[in-house]
Amino acid sequence: MSIGQGTESANQARHEYVDEGRTVGFFTDPTVCIGCKACEVACKEWNMVPDDGHAWSGHSYDNSGELGASTWRHVKFLEQDLPGGSQVAGPMTIDPEGEDPFRWLFVSDVCKHCEEAGCLEACPTGSIVRTETGGVFVQDDVCNGCGACVVGCPFGVIDRRAKLVPGGGGAFKCTFCYDRQAVGLTPACAKACPTESIQFGPLDELHERAAIRVRELREDGYDDARLYDARDTSVRGAHAFFLLLGDPEAYGLPPGPEAPTIHLGPAWASALTTAAMAVLVAVVCFVLW
Amino acid sequence: MSAASEGRPGGAGGTGRAGEDRLDALREEARRTGSVAGRGVDVEGGPIPAAADGDAVGYYGQPVVKAPVWTWEVPVYFFVGGMAGMSGVIAAASRFMTGGLDVAVPALWIAALGAATSGLLLISDLGRSSRFLNMLRVFKRRSPMSVGAWTLTGFGGASTVALVLGSVQAHLAASGGGLPALSVLLTIFLLAAGLLGGVLGTYTGVLIGATAIPAWFEHRLLLPAHFGIAGLGSAAALLQILGFGGPPLVAIALAAAGAECLVGLTVELHRHGAADRALRAGGSGALLRLGGLLAGPAALVLWIVHVPIAASAAFLAGALVSRFGWLAAGRASARDPEATFAAQRARTRG
Repeated sequence: MSIGQGTESANQARHEYVDEGRTVGFFTDPTVCIGCKACEVACKEWNMVPDDGHAWSGHSYDNSGELGASTWRHVKFLEQDLPGGSQVAGPMTIDPEGEDPFRWLFVSDVCKHCEEAGCLEACPTGSIVRTETGGVFVQDDVCNGCGACVVGCPFGVIDRRAKLVPGGGGAFKCTFCYDRQAVGLTPACAKACPTESIQFGPLDELHERAAIRVRELREDGYDDARLYDARDTSVRGAHAFFLLLGDPEAYGLPPGPEAPTIHLGPAWASALTTAAMAVLVAVVCFVLW
Repeated sequence: MSAASEGRPGGAGGTGRAGEDRLDALREEARRTGSVAGRGVDVEGGPIPAAADGDAVGYYGQPVVKAPVWTWEVPVYFFVGGMAGMSGVIAAASRFMTGGLDVAVPALWIAALGAATSGLLLISDLGRSSRFLNMLRVFKRRSPMSVGAWTLTGFGGASTVALVLGSVQAHLAASGGGLPALSVLLTIFLLAAGLLGGVLGTYTGVLIGATAIPAWFEHRLLLPAHFGIAGLGSAAALLQILGFGGPPLVAIALAAAGAECLVGLTVELHRHGAADRALRAGGSGALLRLGGLLAGPAALVLWIVHVPIAASAAFLAGALVSRFGWLAAGRASARDPEATFAAQRARTRG
C-alpha cells in the first residue's frame, strides 16, 4: 500500500536516520490532504514560531498566505473550475453520476531542502549548513541577518524576521525538525498529519512510493498527476517533494526553479572583465593625457 | 472581502440563517430530483467559499520568490563602495603612470573614507548588527556576500595604509627627501588597493545578479559592468568636484558617461518581457530611467561642452539614483509572480 499505512506507517516509527546519516525527505500528497492545517499548528507549537499576523485573505481558507520567516508550513487552498472533486475519495456532487466541475485542492508547502541550496551557498557566515540527513539548517546563533539567503532561494521560502519579533533580525525557515530527528522522532508536521498527506522517511523509499502513487492516480483518471521534485534542474532535487494535480504555476511553485549559483560564472566573468577594463581605461587616460 | 461574494456565486455570504435556509433548499432539491442544478455544490448561495481573486496569476497572485530585505543602506553602499573601489584604481593608475602623487593622494582619501563608510552602511543594514564580525568567520567563494566582505576589508586596509604612506611620501618629496623603502611599500599597497578596488566596484553586480530575482538575474552580465562603470565615473566625477580635474580624469569620466549611455540602451533594447518589466514600469522604472539619463547622456553632453562640475554632479546623482532604482526593481520583480514564471518558461523552452 502506498498510502494509509496506519500504525505500520514510517511516519509513526522511531528511527536513527541522523546516526545512520541516511538521506531523508518529505513527500507531500495533496490528493489525500483535507486542509486541516494540523501541520501548520504542530510546526508552530514545536518550534515556538512567533505570530505571523492575523488577516483574512479572501483566498479560500488560506489565511497564512505564503511561507516566510514565521510560517514554515503553509497549506494552500486551490479552487479550480475543473472536474475531479477535491479528494480522490470521490466527487463533490450529491449526485454520484453528475457532472463535477469544481476542484478544491489542498497542499501543505514547506522548505524544499534543495540538493543545490541557493540559501546555503549565498550565506556568507556559514550559518546555513547541511545536516547528516540532507536537510538545510539555519544556525540561529551564527546568523547576522545579512539577507543574502532571502534573494538566493528560488522557492521564496527563507525570510528575515522583523527586529521586534522573538529572534528578530535573523533569517528563518523550516528546520526539518532537526532537533526531533536527532532523537529519532518524526518532524512535527508529518507526525501530526492525520491523513499522511505528509510522509517522512528515507528519500529513496519516498521516491518509490510517490512513483506508485502517481501511477495509481493516472490509472484512476487523474491524467494531470505528476511529481514536483526539481530533479531535472540545477536545484538537482528536493528533499521535500510534492505530488501535484496540474500545473506547478497554479500552486505558486516555480515551474523551472534554478539554483542562483548557475549565474555566478557569467556574472563573475563580467565583473572581472569590467575591473580589468577599468584599470585599462585609467592607465590609458593617464598615459595619453 | 466584499469581492468574495461578488466575484463568483457562492461567496462568503452564505452564513447564518440565510445560509441554513439555502442548504435546506438544496437538500430538498436533491431529494426531489436526485441532483442539484448548478456547478457541483458550488451553487449560488452554497457553502463553498470562492476566492476573492480567483483569476490572479499563479496562486492568488502571491509572489513566488521573496523580495530583498535590504533597506536604503545597501544602494547607498553600492554607490559609495563602487566609487571608493574605483578611486583605488585611479590612485594606482595615476601613481604608476605619472609617478606623481597629486591625484593619487586625494583618490586614496576617497577610497579610504569610502571604505570606512561602506563598512558602517553594511553593518547598519544587518538584521543583527552586533554580529557583523561573523562576516569574516569563513570565506566562501560561492557566496558573493562573503567574497565582498573580505574584499571590502582588504581594500579598506590597503587603501588606508597606502593613504598614510602616500601622504608621508608626498611631504618628504616636497621637502626634497624620500625613502626608498617607503616607495616600495607604497607600490605594494597601491597595487593591492587598485586590484581589490576593481573587484569592490564590480562584485555588487554579482551579488544581485546571481539571485532568484528575475529582473536581476536576467541582467547578470550587464550589472557588474554597469556598477563598475558607474563607480569609475563617480570616482572621476568626485575628484573633479574636489578640484582635481586634470585631463586624464575628464577623459575617464567621458568614457564612463559614454559607457553608461550604452548600458541604458542595452536595458531599453535588450528586453526580457514580463521577466524584467520592473526595469521599465512603475516607480522602479522611473528611477532607473532618471538615473540612466543623468549618468549617461546628460553627463556626457555636459562634459563635452566643458561644464565639468555640472557634469560631475549629474553623473554622481545618476549613479546614486540608479542604484536605488535597481533595488526597487528587484523588489517589484520579486512581488510579481508573472516575472518569475515568464523567466522560467523562456528558459525551459530554450
